[in-house]
Amino acid sequence: MRLGSSASVITLMALLAGCGGPGRGGAERPPLAPGPGAAAELQRLLITAQPGETITLAAGRFEFTDGLSLDQSKVTLKGAGPTETVLSFKGQTSAGEGLLVTGDDVVLQGFAVEDTKGDGIKSKGADRITYRDLAVLWTRGPDPRNGAYGVYPVESTGVLIERVTVSGASDAGIYVGQSRDIIVRDSRAELNVAGIEIENSSNADVHGNMVTLNAGGILVFDLPDLPVKDGRSIRVFDNQVFANDTPNFAPPGNIVASVPSGTGIMVMAASDVHVFRNQLRLNRTAHVLVAAYFLPTKDPAYDPLPHDIVLRDNDYGPGGDDPQGTLQPLAKALGGRLAAVVWDGVDSYRGQRVTPTVNMLEAGDVGFLDLQLGSTPVDLRSARPTDQRPAPSPERPPEPAPIRLAFDPAAPATPVDAAADGAPDHLQTLKELSDRLNELAAPPPPQGGR
Amino acid sequence: MIALRRANDGPVVAVCALAAAAALGGCVARDRGPPPARLLAGPPPSSLSAFKFFEETAPGAPLAPRPRVEGYALVNALFSDHAAKDRHVYLPPGEEVRFDADGVLEFPVGSAILKTFSLAPDLRDPARGARRIETRILVRRADGWVAWPYVWNAAQTDATYAPVGARQSWDVTGPDGKPLHIDYRVPNQNQCKTCHQHGDAITPIGPTARNLRAVRDDAPDLLADWQARGLLNVSPEALAGVQRVPAVADTTLPLAPRARAWLDINCAHCHQRAGSASNSGLYLGWSEPVATALGVGKRPVAAGRGAGDGLFVIDPGHPERSIMVHRMDSVEPGVAMPELGRSVHDPVGVALVSAWIAALPRSMR
Repeated sequence: MRLGSSASVITLMALLAGCGGPGRGGAERPPLAPGPGAAAELQRLLITAQPGETITLAAGRFEFTDGLSLDQSKVTLKGAGPTETVLSFKGQTSAGEGLLVTGDDVVLQGFAVEDTKGDGIKSKGADRITYRDLAVLWTRGPDPRNGAYGVYPVESTGVLIERVTVSGASDAGIYVGQSRDIIVRDSRAELNVAGIEIENSSNADVHGNMVTLNAGGILVFDLPDLPVKDGRSIRVFDNQVFANDTPNFAPPGNIVASVPSGTGIMVMAASDVHVFRNQLRLNRTAHVLVAAYFLPTKDPAYDPLPHDIVLRDNDYGPGGDDPQGTLQPLAKALGGRLAAVVWDGVDSYRGQRVTPTVNMLEAGDVGFLDLQLGSTPVDLRSARPTDQRPAPSPERPPEPAPIRLAFDPAAPATPVDAAADGAPDHLQTLKELSDRLNELAAPPPPQGGR
Repeated sequence: MIALRRANDGPVVAVCALAAAAALGGCVARDRGPPPARLLAGPPPSSLSAFKFFEETAPGAPLAPRPRVEGYALVNALFSDHAAKDRHVYLPPGEEVRFDADGVLEFPVGSAILKTFSLAPDLRDPARGARRIETRILVRRADGWVAWPYVWNAAQTDATYAPVGARQSWDVTGPDGKPLHIDYRVPNQNQCKTCHQHGDAITPIGPTARNLRAVRDDAPDLLADWQARGLLNVSPEALAGVQRVPAVADTTLPLAPRARAWLDINCAHCHQRAGSASNSGLYLGWSEPVATALGVGKRPVAAGRGAGDGLFVIDPGHPERSIMVHRMDSVEPGVAMPELGRSVHDPVGVALVSAWIAALPRSMR
């Protein structure tokens, strides 16, 4: 009986799939093709979509003058690939982003978003969202007139970003803010102010990404005066963080504007952050910066210090030889260069002393510098640099558990270069550059490497 | 008979209500109001006329609301590219609005709130030659509000359901007498929700008690009128306790409350803890007590190039360095605030908020 009934259900489903009825299961609908009226039609499809529906975009170039938005849940928006289906917002005259998603369980896959006036793709309060095989680009290259964020999930639980390429963002290419349960993997961030930024967020795995030619590579920040704070439990591993030497082109008021060009990985005020097995090359200020939030704040619920930071088994190549930004004068006093790992040495705020827990567990020959700034807000003139490593925590902070997302198809991790192969043509030169940097990168990763 | 205040300068409409709730029954019996079924379920009708909110009138004639469709006006209104707005609310038979001292009044299931936008060729004389552009409808269903945009036809005889919104190019004479180009945007249905979001739900924005109450003692008071006619359930004490919010344009009133009132109605629908801009940490509601949350000495978070050269949302004493003014003054997408609903800037709002920031003591930062 049981077998019979489930078999008939399957038959029914097969019939339904075969007859391609209208409405639900919209995968049967022919892909939307570019052309006059396509912009309005796509917005109409996004408004009228039913849960479970897939909206398919044909290859080609779609032009928009207004931002798109998707508020329905369980909808997939799928193009023919990030080099095939291009959504251009060069002529955009309204809305703060190219595509805004506010529904849950949405999948965005296989298209490029170009030249939005504000952010590229934003998802807010959109739980269990997937960004896959996408490109978000500002085609004129790094420019302060570009939008702030490329992909921008915020206030969401469950974020999967994979095989996404972002280039030109005037803040962060891949930015995840005030969210939890996050994976950013196998993606490329190039020529942005910050490549990847995890901000005021918890439970994140950032791995297998190629992060190059940004001003700062990977940032893990916790900032005051926001509704969601206390970002923690973040793993940054197996990333390639190369030549993040683009001059910082962020508008001055943004916190990211203070990141010195040439920063590889920066952890600021976040806690329980584990940085391991990354390859760091040619980041001219420092490969790794660990710092307190350095500005005054009146937020009474905010802790400006990083806690339980672990640095281990990273592979450090050349770098730190031309420090920029606020660290430049300091580096000059030290003979023009900084160590691979720089910690600001802040151990008190609001007159309150705390035990610093920066666990510098790298091999003894990895350069380290403690600026001994003491308290925050910081005054760099008070630096008393020393290469003495701080005493590690009595017990090494346990590594956060791997992030498991129920909606993650959990495909085996794609090699980074596979993502590069899918990158648009004008990024191929960057891939070549990355390859050259790879060749430059002499030794294979130490034990613990892949 | 009780005369009902109209939103604009149109003719005063006589309403069949006699005195109070008891009289409403008599009104219902002779009812020619809109059929409520349309409002309770099903897809939106394709035309505005199908709702029967208004009597049929000559094209371009003032809207003539049918029974139980009440015109109303707000003390302060969102700036929408200088468009004039006609506001109406429909209440189902026998139902009444429930009072809320702080938030939006609670409208019964089956109600609808309508806002009709029009522009005139010369904005110095907004009544002459005005053409209706769109009517936005919020419908209160059992599971919450839904929002539907309708765009008026060229003949001005009816409006058509337009889920994707519309664009219209207008060349008018501005309030300053100079030519003004308006790239008018009818928001799409999702954009309706962006502004009307409260948590996961949609909510009206304008009709709070304080924004409906008469600005002065000698002015007609809509809330008292509704209460007297049994349309609003509120005690006289609660009614008397409603805060008075200043009209932003009334320069005889103090600067700071007017600026706060402007921010409240123009920004706080998104910039509140349950709104679309919750993640910004910038909260601009009328009763927001925290200076940093209001933007004073607050650094931008996700403003990107919207920050311009500014370091703080509000730099006390320095409107020219304040990101808030920079964004209010811009019409560029990615910079301009509000993000939706305007293509030109609001000179009154910019001047008012600038003057307020200039008067803030620098020590506040």
